[in-house]
Amino acid sequence: MEGSLNAVGYGLAAIGPAIAVGLIFAAYINGVARQPEARGLLQPIAILGFALAEALAILGFVLAFIA
Amino acid sequence: MPYALASGGFEAPGVSSFWHPLIGDGAFAITRTMFVAVLSVILIALVMTAVSRRLQLVPGRTQFAVEGVYNIARNQIGVDFIGEARLRPFLPLLVSLFLYILVNNLAGIIPFVQFPTMSRFGYAVGLTAIVFVVYHAVGIRKKGLGGYLAGMMPPGVPILLAPIVYVLELLTYFVTRPLTLSLRLFANMFAGHTLLLVFALGGEYLLLHGGNVVLQGAGIASFLMFILMTFFELLVQFLQAYIFVLLTAYYIADAMAEEH
Repeated sequence: MEGSLNAVGYGLAAIGPAIAVGLIFAAYINGVARQPEARGLLQPIAILGFALAEALAILGFVLAFIA
Repeated sequence: MPYALASGGFEAPGVSSFWHPLIGDGAFAITRTMFVAVLSVILIALVMTAVSRRLQLVPGRTQFAVEGVYNIARNQIGVDFIGEARLRPFLPLLVSLFLYILVNNLAGIIPFVQFPTMSRFGYAVGLTAIVFVVYHAVGIRKKGLGGYLAGMMPPGVPILLAPIVYVLELLTYFVTRPLTLSLRLFANMFAGHTLLLVFALGGEYLLLHGGNVVLQGAGIASFLMFILMTFFELLVQFLQAYIFVLLTAYYIADAMAEEH
């Protein structure tokens, strides 16, 4: 079998950010469902949180290529 | 050839797939990336000047579309994060960043161009360098150098923890923020374009060199996946342009904020 262990490592590393992104959007959907008029207020916050959580996955992606 | 993939005939796309010198070679080559970047600037300049030259009170279809893009950068991001009163000096930066990144990202799926500029790291670094200088300059101009550096400290930290927290805050402002801002844009475009390449090239290889019906069927499925992923890329490309400008606005607002 051939291939790169880096890809496996990155797959493992992506689990954490994936859960984080899921939680963030779950909370966002919850918030909008409870208070639809708060949508405009919540959206940038959700996207901001998504971007911050995603940064970890991005760092892992780059390390997978460097290592 | 039953094991087409294991035979080593297929060359998976990688970092080298993103190097397209058009004129010359080496460090001073004129590349496809530069060409796309220049093309995007010309396109933006032409469209924006043409539309803004004949503005109407009741917008036509074109003006409505351009105003929509402008509104995303101005009202949805700028007003929300920086606030209407202090937005004016930063509005050109935010809008042009948004337009430039959006058009360059979309170039990744526009037929015949099909190359996202930001999948070369240097372009993302260049944009981030501008943002980095701007938000530090804004903070220093607003509070003075000492005030700006002191303002990085979050309030209410116990005195024992303060040195550690301050070092972490310094790292955030000077390392993590520019690093993640540039890497996010670059890695998303790079990964997205690599994904498209894998499905397109893999589909072509399976279909033409697969050898049996099962692998050829997988090739067709791969092409379908390619089309599906193109639409997903459209979403990601828009989202990344949005996030880049949103974080820019957030960093600027944070540098100007009275307390942490």
